[in-house]
Amino acid sequence: MNFLIHNLLSLMMLVPLIGAGFVLIVRHQDKEIEKRNIRWVTLLATLFTFVLSIVLWGLFDGSTADFQFVEKYEWIGNSISYHVGVDGISMLFVVLTAFLMPIVVLASWESVETRVKEYMIAFLLLETLMIGVFSALDIFLFYVFFEGGLIPMYLIIGVWGGLNRIYASFKFFLYTLLGSVLMLVAVFYMFIETGTTDIPMLMNHHFDADVQNLLWLAFFASFAVKMPMWPVHTWLPDAHVQAPTAGSVILAGVLLKMGGYGFLRFSLPMFPEATMHFAWLVFALSIIAIVYTSLVALVQNDIKKLIAYSSVAHMGFVTIGIFVLNANGIEGAIFTMLSHGIVSGALFLCVGVIYDRLHTREISRYGGLSINMKIYATIFVIFSMASVGLPGMSGFVGEFLVLNGAYTYDSWIAFFATTGVVLGAAYMLYLVRRLVFGELDKDDVKAMPDLNLREKIIFVPLVAVVFWMGIYPNSFLDPIHASVQNLIDTKFSAFENQTVVNVGPVEETEAPAAEAHHDAH
Amino acid sequence: MTGEMPILLPVMPELIMGIGAMLLLMLGVFQGDKSYGQMANLSILLMVVAAFVMITQVGGDRQLTFGGMFVTDAFAVFTKTLVFIGSGIAILMSASYMRQMGISKFEYPILILLATLGMMVMISANNLMSLYVGLELQSLSLYVLAALNRDRSRSTEAGLKYFVLGALSSGMLLYGVSLIYGFAGTTDFDTLATTLKAMHEPQVGIIIGMVFLMAGLAFKVSAVPFHMWTPDVYEGSPTPVTAFFAAAPKVAALALFVRVMTTGFPSMSGEWQQVVVFISIASMLVGSFVALVQTNIKRLMAYSSIGHIGYALVGLAAATPAGVEALLIYIAIYLTMTLGSFGAILTLRRSEGMVEEISDLSGLSQTNLPLAIAVAIFMFSLAGIPLLAGFWGKWYVFLAAVEAGLIPLAVIGVLTSVVGAFYYLRIIKVMFFDEPAPAFESGHGRAVSSVIAIAAIVNSPVSYFLLIGPLVAAASWAAGSLLF
Repeated sequence: MNFLIHNLLSLMMLVPLIGAGFVLIVRHQDKEIEKRNIRWVTLLATLFTFVLSIVLWGLFDGSTADFQFVEKYEWIGNSISYHVGVDGISMLFVVLTAFLMPIVVLASWESVETRVKEYMIAFLLLETLMIGVFSALDIFLFYVFFEGGLIPMYLIIGVWGGLNRIYASFKFFLYTLLGSVLMLVAVFYMFIETGTTDIPMLMNHHFDADVQNLLWLAFFASFAVKMPMWPVHTWLPDAHVQAPTAGSVILAGVLLKMGGYGFLRFSLPMFPEATMHFAWLVFALSIIAIVYTSLVALVQNDIKKLIAYSSVAHMGFVTIGIFVLNANGIEGAIFTMLSHGIVSGALFLCVGVIYDRLHTREISRYGGLSINMKIYATIFVIFSMASVGLPGMSGFVGEFLVLNGAYTYDSWIAFFATTGVVLGAAYMLYLVRRLVFGELDKDDVKAMPDLNLREKIIFVPLVAVVFWMGIYPNSFLDPIHASVQNLIDTKFSAFENQTVVNVGPVEETEAPAAEAHHDAH
Repeated sequence: MTGEMPILLPVMPELIMGIGAMLLLMLGVFQGDKSYGQMANLSILLMVVAAFVMITQVGGDRQLTFGGMFVTDAFAVFTKTLVFIGSGIAILMSASYMRQMGISKFEYPILILLATLGMMVMISANNLMSLYVGLELQSLSLYVLAALNRDRSRSTEAGLKYFVLGALSSGMLLYGVSLIYGFAGTTDFDTLATTLKAMHEPQVGIIIGMVFLMAGLAFKVSAVPFHMWTPDVYEGSPTPVTAFFAAAPKVAALALFVRVMTTGFPSMSGEWQQVVVFISIASMLVGSFVALVQTNIKRLMAYSSIGHIGYALVGLAAATPAGVEALLIYIAIYLTMTLGSFGAILTLRRSEGMVEEISDLSGLSQTNLPLAIAVAIFMFSLAGIPLLAGFWGKWYVFLAAVEAGLIPLAVIGVLTSVVGAFYYLRIIKVMFFDEPAPAFESGHGRAVSSVIAIAAIVNSPVSYFLLIGPLVAAASWAAGSLLF
């Protein structure tokens, strides 16, 4: 048992791989039985990983900022090692990944009929890589997982996607690759200067201020694309629209979080001066993203595109929260990412449900679903409200914390970010109005049956988590707290008193100090 | 230079290859073309014996012989091993193709043997004269191989083009050699290095001579701007010959390039570094952008190889031991990717004959999934995506470049690799996303299948984690033997 706990993270990466191996060898003369067996094997593998992630959460010690469940083995020379572990910033992302996987497997149960075997292998492989990204403590290992994830996702969009899938899959792959190769050059530089690729050691290294700026920009290129931030977000609507439902869920639920996670794991602790230096850039881009993409979302006719644009807007909140560099902001950003992972994933699943029935994503083809699909309509409204940030649901807590953190930093940033909340309510309510309310006047919509048992099973845990996060957020904030505080204390509190740059927590002198900070650049 | 017999042990593998090739030639003349299979097997056996002797008897210590004309060291052992692998596999993969095309002549394996011998001499050259002798032995064999399919105009055209341009480049190389000899008074690399070191400011004549020499070498590795022959020769030559061209000669020419520069002109690294940086960037750009519009797989592979030579030269541009080590890692991995890819091209056989358009691969994943997965592994590996071996090559060369302060070169390199990823992805897209075309016929032989399988495993994520350690150790051992 001890052995298992010491190797918990590796085990979590290994279980999906073993599952993929089983899927590979499943064979039966009857193709239907073969497909059924493949689905069950995949589901069991992902469920088992999820159970392990619960163990991880249960045994996680939230009172310390140290990395836990650490495993370290020599790999190449004495510079690159297999080093994994989690702290408060990364632990819940691992849980989120493991939580969403069984759900997407269930969601693809009937909607994917062609090449089931390859499909499930791609997802299992993706799960290993995603867990790897969040638990890698070696920058080389991180890069490998980060970039390696492109391969299965490219295939998922390209093989099982919609009509324009090829364009979308290329755009997704090349955009992300372009961003991350620049990060690679920065990684080289850091490796050469420090002689190590170990993340905890790199965090303790202090890079020259000028060098920091360049390195920060290189990492920013990668994470901003992944996030995605305006103006490099254009791959996301295409990828979301064309990806199969499960692909969209994973894309929105987990892959987008890698950008925010990257900022927290690399940009902030390794280049603190550069982070403060470029914070204005991030705020500007985030505010544009929030306002602009919310407006764009208002005029969409395609449900998935609308949710995709709303994702970009929500990620704008996340980047603001990260770069205000106070505990509320960063915890809010992490919470928003977790909440958005659940909510946008659930919204894509909702779209998948009606898409499976009517095979269109045009909003105007639907209407009045609250009359014939009562359960579906209820669930859809719940997730829309969670996305809007209604108090009592997950979206509210994150947005509140972020806005709170932003306000203490600079009230104007909070002001612009808040317009996003208003606009968010506008486009989501407008969507709800067109989709589930109104007249039920279309014959094909009338014929749509309500949720079946499998679909209900998918949504129950999601609804439960959305309320849990909204009503008792402390279960999620407790493990985060120590690590975030440690990040701020070790990297940013030192600057509070030295210079005019003030990024500390709430103080009366905050607003003028922040302005001085802007003027300085 | 006395009348004494030179020490023969260091050249033992070359002697075995040379004498063996002559014997096989005689045997072949007596037996005629029906002895193709036997000749092929004997040639492979000969290479195995030569490799065995090289590894067990000659070893990695630096030894000079023939009055300093010939050197053998760890670097030579490493690169010659790669050359043996490339040549041996090329012969192995050829049999069924050659039979089917009616060109299973007994000369074919023997020409490859002679070309391999030329490459071995190139790798071990420690003098501008032995450099030229090795280069010509290799090149002349390659010209004939390109034109092997005498009845097809495209093949003879390829041979002729290769010959004319190759002769031109040899001329440039010789011109450079004569200038260097004229100004430095020596052709021996070691003496050249000390002479140049003694001159504080290298004379203009030497620089011009060195640039001409590099132009000739750039032609042999098909680096831009001396790459024009590559696509035509790759397309026109019989496919197994192309597979051979893309692998072993590239290794040998790069090894020669490295040895000339690092042991002959170490004190002028500032000068030659500029040239290498230029041809490296130009090759990466041309290799990635021009490949975008290709429809023929062999032409695509030609441009892809130009690009990869550019990446490998990044390692030389660094002009450090780490850079050479990176270059060696790169070409070792490149060899496996290339041989695997060409193995896959050799299976594209329909009733009307061999096909080589990218569109012929349509929907391969539905007609032959294992092959499609193997090709996908090669393509992702060529694109340098992590989890596949190709990424290691890129990692080490760009790491060396950044270490040497060539950050702009590294940035251009990684950006062109994104462009390159586009056309590799296109092949994967055709195989996995498009509607299936008629299935391919089997009959490419078990040898080709095994080569594909082994190359795929070597490039796959499994060996990504396991094989790289030993490879890095071997490359570092080899690079350490060069005198910087």
